[in-house]
Amino acid sequence: MSRHLLSSADLDRDEVDAILTTALSMHDVQRREVKKIPTLRGRTVINLFFEDSTRTRSSFEIAGKWMSADTINITGKGSSTSKGESLRDTVRTVAAMGVDALVVRHAASGACHQVAQWVDASVINAGDGTHEHPTQALLDAYTLRHHLGGDADALDGRHVVIVGDLTHSRVFRSNVITLTRLGARVTVVAPPTLMPSGVGPWSQAAGFGTSYDLDAVLGGRAGDVDALMMLRVQRERMSGGYFPTPREYTVGYGLTRSRMERLVQAQPDVAVLHPGPINRGLEITADAADSQQSRVLDQVSAGVAVRMAVLYHLLAGSDSQEASA
Amino acid sequence: MTSSPSPTRTLVRGARLLGGAPTDLLLADGIVVEVGSLSVTGAHDVVDADGLVALPGLVDLHVHLREPGREDAETVASGSAAAAAGGFTAVLAMANTDPVTDTAEAAERVLDLGRAVGLVDVQPVGAVTKGLEGHELAELGLMARSRARVRVFSDDGHCVANARVMRRALEYVKAFGGVVTQHAQDPTLAGREACCHEGEVSGRLGLPGWPGVAEESIVARDVMLARHTGSRVHVAHVSTAGTVEVLRWAKAAGVAVTAEVTPHHLMLTTDLLTGYDPVFKVNPPLRPQEDVDALRAALADGTIDAVATDHAPHARHDKEHAFVDAAFGMVGLETALSVVAEAMVRTGLLDWAGVARVMSQTPARIAGLAGHGGSLAVGEPATLTLVDPDRSVVVDAGASVSLSRNNPWHGRTLTGAVHSTWLRGRRTDPTPVPVPSEELL
Ligand SMILES: [Zn+2]
Repeated sequence: MSRHLLSSADLDRDEVDAILTTALSMHDVQRREVKKIPTLRGRTVINLFFEDSTRTRSSFEIAGKWMSADTINITGKGSSTSKGESLRDTVRTVAAMGVDALVVRHAASGACHQVAQWVDASVINAGDGTHEHPTQALLDAYTLRHHLGGDADALDGRHVVIVGDLTHSRVFRSNVITLTRLGARVTVVAPPTLMPSGVGPWSQAAGFGTSYDLDAVLGGRAGDVDALMMLRVQRERMSGGYFPTPREYTVGYGLTRSRMERLVQAQPDVAVLHPGPINRGLEITADAADSQQSRVLDQVSAGVAVRMAVLYHLLAGSDSQEASA
Repeated sequence: MTSSPSPTRTLVRGARLLGGAPTDLLLADGIVVEVGSLSVTGAHDVVDADGLVALPGLVDLHVHLREPGREDAETVASGSAAAAAGGFTAVLAMANTDPVTDTAEAAERVLDLGRAVGLVDVQPVGAVTKGLEGHELAELGLMARSRARVRVFSDDGHCVANARVMRRALEYVKAFGGVVTQHAQDPTLAGREACCHEGEVSGRLGLPGWPGVAEESIVARDVMLARHTGSRVHVAHVSTAGTVEVLRWAKAAGVAVTAEVTPHHLMLTTDLLTGYDPVFKVNPPLRPQEDVDALRAALADGTIDAVATDHAPHARHDKEHAFVDAAFGMVGLETALSVVAEAMVRTGLLDWAGVARVMSQTPARIAGLAGHGGSLAVGEPATLTLVDPDRSVVVDAGASVSLSRNNPWHGRTLTGAVHSTWLRGRRTDPTPVPVPSEELL
């Protein structure tokens, strides 16, 4: 396995399998009364968050602590201004403190790739702009695999539909890589204004489907959809001319009550995912978010286990990697 | 460096004039005094130019010298040295300095800085609008009447997006034979966030793109305004096949439009962005191969008139940010000739006479620069560039005389290199001084 986790593309299918398998045992740790294993004792993990995200940061922090690593949070400020210290200077200063892994969150796409060139530590991408969020994709895959029976080939041939603001979604970009790698069939749905540029040749090369019509995708063969992943619509997009009104978005692309009923009728076991935080009523109705089919809380709970597994595979040394494989 | 001694007599032996048959050139008192098979005695210097090509000194319509304001990135002196090293004898210095070149005094100051250095003729470009803000016309007439005799006006770095302002600028410069150079980028289609070509690569990388149509729509508008006003418009750094189509139409319709392309747009593509290296962040952005092919063809057939570097030096710390936050631009003066040799001459698209046309004669004519872009005939200024067409160079950003190191060609091998540069009979190309490696990117 590479020293860094910058993109979901850094992990081949075997490596994803290994991480998800490790995550399963880490999930057991999570259920213990004393949630502490000595695996990363003496290791230092810095959460370097230039962009705020309580959920992802706490998840990495808990993961590190439960594995006995020294975890430190550093919050960068205003990363989108070019004034003052350069990004290179900032991360080299942090890395000079003596660190084994840097978990980096940044508002700019590619920032983690750049950081990895400037420091000796392992770099884990905890979300870079509108580019990728590989641990989110791993926890989504973990959640789905568990939901679908838990076998290593549970996702093979399964149909996952990802709906929403694809252009600005790092969750989509990482998921489309990880899910197709695990054998799933992926269809992405968005209004044309929220489809990434060049998605035509990209989807052909990467092997996923695209559509502007959610009902056509959901109304395919009965039971054809195994999982529906609803993406968050950022508030600032609503006034950005990407779509006329929130109401029109919901009618076209929301998981409304009637769509949810149709979905459950065709496939009672369908899984509904959302990376959170949810705009209830916009991309997903409250009913759907709280339904039996919703796996949203499973996703949160899987987050810690998956991040423990990632830290383990990147930091615990080659002996233990082989032991786990 | 300020005052040169009276130029020596120099015999250039066996140079291929514009790539033609070998001939000798005798340079004296700053002009070409004899051409042919010469057996001159008493010439002070003899240059063995066997195998070299002699071109009229190269003229760059588009450089950023950063002085005044950002002398840590480049100065008129360091930029002049880089220009001379690259075979240039005249450069047009863009107005987006701090303060902006939007008054007669500011233009004269740049002119004087260039004269004090004396390595190339530094001709200031005047801003079209005050402070490059796009609203009110700068003092175009006073700049034209100043000692700097400004004839080229541009808000480069910014597009003159307001159609009424662009129309008035085009009308106004007719009074003194000026030309407006447009940085074509519709800000409502390619806004401040836009940092790369909008397409498959930007979609995958999650980078905010700027679509080719943001350039094409402004060029289409401007050629119609030029036709309406009967004025001259020049399009800076053309980057798309669509713009080439617009230019082809406009020229066929008789519009007085000229256009330039940068060396990097003739060779580099948007695929280079996959590593998020800000050295490849430039405005307009690197485009896909189809655009590169169209630009090469357009330069070869004259639809695009000239090559201009858009030399844009930046201090290291201005590039060491996340890709979207890093400064736009790359240096280009020292490598321009070699890149054109690779992209155009080695591919058979242009011969050396063609290179003389697009890198010297036409740019000098567009800028109205006397004493440049001549034919190297007897009586013409001895302002020339000797090129070794067969010499391969591995580009070393550290060996540059520019103060900046944002060089996209670092480590590449290019064939065809400048041998020496002569401004009015005096050799001006500097000896490169290597920079310690720890100062490199
Ligand atoms: Zn420009």
